[in-house]
Amino acid sequence: MQLDDLYRRVIMDHYKQPRNRGLFEGDAVTIDLNNPTCGDRISLQLKVEDGIVQDARFTGEGCSISMSSASMMTQAVKGKSFEEALEMAEKFSAMVKGEEVTFEEEAEDIEALSGVSKFPARIKCATLAWNALRKGIES
Amino acid sequence: MIGRELREQFPILHQNVNGYPLVYLDSAASSQKPRTVIDAVRKYYEWDNANVHRGVHTLGSRATDAYESAREKVARFINAKSTDEIVFTRGATTALNLVASSYARSVCGEGDEIVITPMEHHANLIPWQQAAKATGATLKYIPLQPDGTIALADVEATVTERTKVVAMTHASNVLGVINPVKEVAAIAHRHGAVMVVDGAQSTPHMKIDVQDLDCDFFAIAGHKMCGPTGIGVLYGKKAILNKMEPIEFGGEMIDMVDLYESTWKDAPTRFEGGTPIIAGAVGLGAAIDFLLEVGMDAIHEHEQKLASLAYDRLSEVEGITIYGPSTNRVGLITFNLDEVHPHDLATVLDAKGIAIRAGHHCCQPLMRWLKASSTARASFYLYNTEEDIDQLVKGLLETKEYFSDAIG
Repeated sequence: MQLDDLYRRVIMDHYKQPRNRGLFEGDAVTIDLNNPTCGDRISLQLKVEDGIVQDARFTGEGCSISMSSASMMTQAVKGKSFEEALEMAEKFSAMVKGEEVTFEEEAEDIEALSGVSKFPARIKCATLAWNALRKGIES
Repeated sequence: MIGRELREQFPILHQNVNGYPLVYLDSAASSQKPRTVIDAVRKYYEWDNANVHRGVHTLGSRATDAYESAREKVARFINAKSTDEIVFTRGATTALNLVASSYARSVCGEGDEIVITPMEHHANLIPWQQAAKATGATLKYIPLQPDGTIALADVEATVTERTKVVAMTHASNVLGVINPVKEVAAIAHRHGAVMVVDGAQSTPHMKIDVQDLDCDFFAIAGHKMCGPTGIGVLYGKKAILNKMEPIEFGGEMIDMVDLYESTWKDAPTRFEGGTPIIAGAVGLGAAIDFLLEVGMDAIHEHEQKLASLAYDRLSEVEGITIYGPSTNRVGLITFNLDEVHPHDLATVLDAKGIAIRAGHHCCQPLMRWLKASSTARASFYLYNTEEDIDQLVKGLLETKEYFSDAIG
């Protein structure tokens, strides 16, 4: 069990300096989701036009894994269609279960979270933001 | 015979976790089991197993004896007046739900009150919420003092003539505080209410005398006191239990069954429908034997020593917040480290073989009161040692260092 597999520098960077944190003023779809087993919570906001995620922001409380994952996700889905965003969410789920996947260059930070697969208790932390995204798109 | 010498009797403690000797500091979630308990359960299955109270054959009698002698052990352990006051349940949660679903729903009506505290575990909170909703009763909370304790004046101010039930934890699984349940029971009785005590966190660690406390109900979790999972106890005063309707119906709990009507046996049998948790009760009986041999006073004293040492040592860690009062507490410490989320802390400690709990500890309202979304908790039991606390403190310092490096 190597801690450095989990806590990579890029993760800590997103945790300490989260991107897209703080909600929009004005209209946006808001999805609130929590992880009832540990108390982590996220509010995700999506600005959507013509089936494209124009912008995404979040607030929440949680550990380095859940908050860095939210930061990376909001970056990655900007400009993506619903279909592309859901595809990324699928890819993310596969990655934290231990499958080898790659993300496009602009979203490659996400690959730093692949180490979560070796820490089963933390998979739910990593997937919280992506589950909020799924919920948002599905609704 | 406590601490280090006792560890020999707990097989699970002798292993490496992630390459380090296991330091188990999560007994408030579930305690480990001594060999005598594991052996008692195995012996029951290898030698005595059969259904109880039914057949006339030898194994049936042995199983019945084993089950009923466990009930006697529990009754003596908590000084109940009679074994008729000891109902075996799946755990403390089931015990509390039984009181809320049967007793509270039958006595409460519109305008009546159920009084609890914000420090309750969800198992002693949600059943009352539900009972209040179902009956139209009002759920009232005794406020907490700034240090997380209960003031009797606040109990007096909250309990009224309309109060039917006062339910309170004996010891908080987060704050560690030991509540004055005996005094609270007296206040409840003066207003004609019953007193329900959640003893999940106290029974493993201190001598319990239900007659002295004069509570009407007392809930126990077997797995937190060296017993198996899946067994617990509801103590209830006999006269009250026999007035309560069962909430589960089936075999064994009946007196007479007709096509359209049935009647029930007296307590405790009326609450133990179906094949009971026989092996679990046998294991709990062995756990009680074990605890009595060590001595409840010795256990309490050992944990007090560890808790006070841990409190002092942890207080020295820079950036730590410790929750709850510094004295009169059971052996657990709930805390947070600045800049390190409890989950991250628990993961880093786990990588060093140290098991602690992180999260809301099934106490979301209390977490809101503490203004923390989540906390870390180290809890001690009779097999923990001063070295475990050394390891914890060392682990905390290393975690701080690890995160300040990682953040860079």
